This record gives sequence, structure tokens and C-alpha cells, in this order.
Amino acid sequence: MIEVKNIKKTFGDKTIIDDVSVKMDSGKCNLIIGSSGSGKTVFMKCLVGLFVPDAGEILYHEHDFIQMNVQEKKEIRKQIGMLFQGSALFDSLTVEKNIMFPLNMFTNDSYRQKLKRVNEVLDRVNLEGANKKFPAELSGGMKKRVGIARAIVLNPQYLFCDEPNSGLDPLTSLVIDRLIKEITLEYKITTVVNTHDMNSVMEIGDHIIYMHQGLKEWEGTNKEIIFSKNDKLNEFIFASEFLKDAKDMRMLEMSGKIDNDRDMDDIMNNDAPFAIE
Amino acid sequence: MYWKEFMHQCAEIGLGSMGIVVIISFFMGAVSALQTAYQLTSPVIPKSTIAQIVRDTVILEFAPTLVCIVLAGVVGSKIASELGNMRVSEQIDALEIMGINTKTYLVLPKILAALLTIPALVIIAMGLGIWGGRVAGSLTGILPPNMYDLGLLENFVPYNVVFAMCKAYTFAFLISSIPAFYGYHVEGGSLEIGRSSTKAVVVSCVAILFADYILAALLLQ
Repeated sequence: MIEVKNIKKTFGDKTIIDDVSVKMDSGKCNLIIGSSGSGKTVFMKCLVGLFVPDAGEILYHEHDFIQMNVQEKKEIRKQIGMLFQGSALFDSLTVEKNIMFPLNMFTNDSYRQKLKRVNEVLDRVNLEGANKKFPAELSGGMKKRVGIARAIVLNPQYLFCDEPNSGLDPLTSLVIDRLIKEITLEYKITTVVNTHDMNSVMEIGDHIIYMHQGLKEWEGTNKEIIFSKNDKLNEFIFASEFLKDAKDMRMLEMSGKIDNDRDMDDIMNNDAPFAIE
Repeated sequence: MYWKEFMHQCAEIGLGSMGIVVIISFFMGAVSALQTAYQLTSPVIPKSTIAQIVRDTVILEFAPTLVCIVLAGVVGSKIASELGNMRVSEQIDALEIMGINTKTYLVLPKILAALLTIPALVIIAMGLGIWGGRVAGSLTGILPPNMYDLGLLENFVPYNVVFAMCKAYTFAFLISSIPAFYGYHVEGGSLEIGRSSTKAVVVSCVAILFADYILAALLLQ
């Protein structure tokens, strides 16, 4: 579990994160959503220790990460896996060496044991046999999967994913989302995903935090987000007319005002916007 | 793991630059011999003086300074662009999140490898430069090899080699640390990597020339 208490981060005189508090449970996909510049990447970088917050606490199982000494932070970092937006694979190393890297750094296992573990995680992300390929030979989706494999090779307690779907087609995005969800449940880890992809939100969002201009604007589940009354959140989610119409349609459906295909056809053929009375 | 990275950098910096150092050193000595012979027209000055002049210019200036300026371009741009690319593509962040001290893992092996291999390259450059002068003198018939060898042994000051090595170690540190600084702190994209790489080479070259003057003023009084 990760608990964030009143963190604040400023760059110069610009406040990027302003008094954000949130609790992220184990075995759940915690999604941080928000438009570009809302502070979600800075928030995630604060969580993993790449930025030091100006104020507040970040508790990993009730231990404040900010107050930890170098050795304690190192121990926590061994329990953190992270998938980067661009995958951040080491270009000069093969897939096998990339995934083996954390094992070389933090374990005294024999090469055979390490190779066994590498093959296990490669199987887990459905990339068996890709050991000897270099990152340049992989597609975007494969790179993400190698990134996930590297992130989970040390059996982490916490998994952070920064924009896991950026640059991927909708189908591959879905594969990555489901993989993240499965791994979260399988390893019972605390997963934090930074995204602005609404498909991901609906697919894996057990717990969603919406950020706007550095503030936590809304918090809830993927079931609640559609019916949220928060104007800023609705503006973000239903950015297009099509999505607004889709929402209205869903509301009508839920309220029983339209309930069959015939009504739907009428609405579609009418070619007129509809609204909830 | 750090030892492995250090050995890798030794191979990259040392062996990777060997080719260019060999070519530059040989021709630098050869041209130096020919130009000295061209200027020494007086019949009272013995021909073996050409060998002395080639030896001293190669040891004192050409081998440490010229070779290091070329290495600033070859090694410096490589270090800056490698680290810059790692920074921009978040590979350095990935290492930090794994709990690895990236300065110790990425920068220190490069500096140590440069401190080990660049002075070695300078020694090789000295030998090749002097040999280049001998070959050029012999091929053009300006100076027979036996006379060249005789000249090399006359008025040899061992301190010159010590001075050259002081320069080599200083320049090795500058060549590796300045580009590492620029590469490590890149912000932005591929354009900034190119800019930082160019800036690293320019600053390294200026720093080498400045340090060359300071060392000469301090150690050759």
C-alpha cells in the first residue's frame, strides 16, 4: 500500500503539485488521469523518488520514503518496478540482458538461475523466444512488454507505469492493459498507472485519481467515473461531442428511457443531438 | 558489474580510438621531420638536430596536446551523446529507480577508463610520432636512419616525458568529465543531444588548450 499525504512540489514559483493526498491499495490498479500539464507525471516521479517533494509524506507500507536514508531508499527501490513511456530499454543490450540487468545488480544467483527467471517473465508477457533480439528489432508493443518483464523480474511490491499505451494501437493497448491488470492481481502488487487513455480507465481502473492543474480534483472507480458530476472531470472525459452523446445515451439507457434496439435506431436515424430531460 | 562497465569503457575509449591515434601520430611525426629539415638550411647545424627537434616537439606538445584534442572530438562526443541519449530516453531514470547510483555506474567508469587508456595512447603516439619522423627522413633521403637514431639520443631530457604524462592525465580527465557533465544533464530531445555533444567537444578543446598553457607555465619554468 502507498499512502500520499499532502505532497507539494514547485519548480521556481510554479506550483505543479498542490497538497495532494491519496491512498493506493495493494492488488489494485490505481490510475492517475488528467490532461497534459496536470502534474500527473511529476506526481509519479515524486512517488518513485525521481523528484523530492517540497512538503508532505509518501508512505510505503507506513514508512516515509522521503525521510529514509540512502540504504533504506535502496531497499524500497528494489521493490519498485517501473514501465516508462518510451520503455527505457538499454539499446546496447539484448532483451535477455535487459531483463537480467536487475538480477545482475541485486542478486547473487547463478547465470542458470537468472536465465530461468528471465525466461519465466518472458513467458509471462508472451514473448518467449525473444531473448536474443535487440530493442531496435522490437515493435512498440513488444518493447512495452519487455519493459513490463524487466519491471517484474525482481518480484516487486509496487509497479509504476507511465503512459503504458502511448504510441500503441487500440488493440495492443488493450493487451498491455490486461497484462498490467493480470500481473497486479497475480502478484498482489500496488500498481500505479499514469494515463489519459479512457479505454484504460474503463478497462483496468480499480481506483482512479483525476488531477487538474496540480490538484486532486476527483477520486473514484471506473464504475463511478461515468456518472460523476464533476464538471472538470466531465470536460476531460467527454472531450468530443461523440463521447458526450455516448454518455447521454448511456444515461438514458440506465434510466430506462431507452431500452431496446428500435429506440436506438430511431435516435441514430434522427441525426439530432439528444439530451436527458 | 561496475568492473565490467569499467573494462567495457577501457575497450571503447582505448581500443576504439587506437586507429585514429596511430594515423595521426605517424603523420604528425613524418610531417614534423620534413618541415624541420626544410627550415634547417644552415650547414653548421648537424642533420641529427632534426631528430632532436622532432623528438622534443612530439613528446612535449604533439603527442599529448594534439592527440588529446582529436580524442576530445572522438571520445568526448561519444560520451556526451551516449549519456544524453540515455537521459532523454529515460534509461538513466530507469537505473535510478532500480536503486543504482547512476553517476557511479555511468560516469565514474568512463573517467577512470579515460585516465587509464588516454595516457597509454599518448605514450603510443610518442613512439609512433618519432618513428614517423624516422621513416619520412629515410624515405625522402633527408636524414639516414642511423643519423636519426643518433640524434634521438642526444640531449634527451627525461623530465619532458614526465611533463607530457602530467598533461596526458589532466587532459584525460577533461576529455571524459566535461562531456559526461553535458551528456548527463541534457534536457529535451534529439536536437539537444546534438547540441550538448557539440558544446562538450568545444568546451573540452578550449579547456585542453587553457590547461596546456597553465601546465607549461607551472611545470616548465
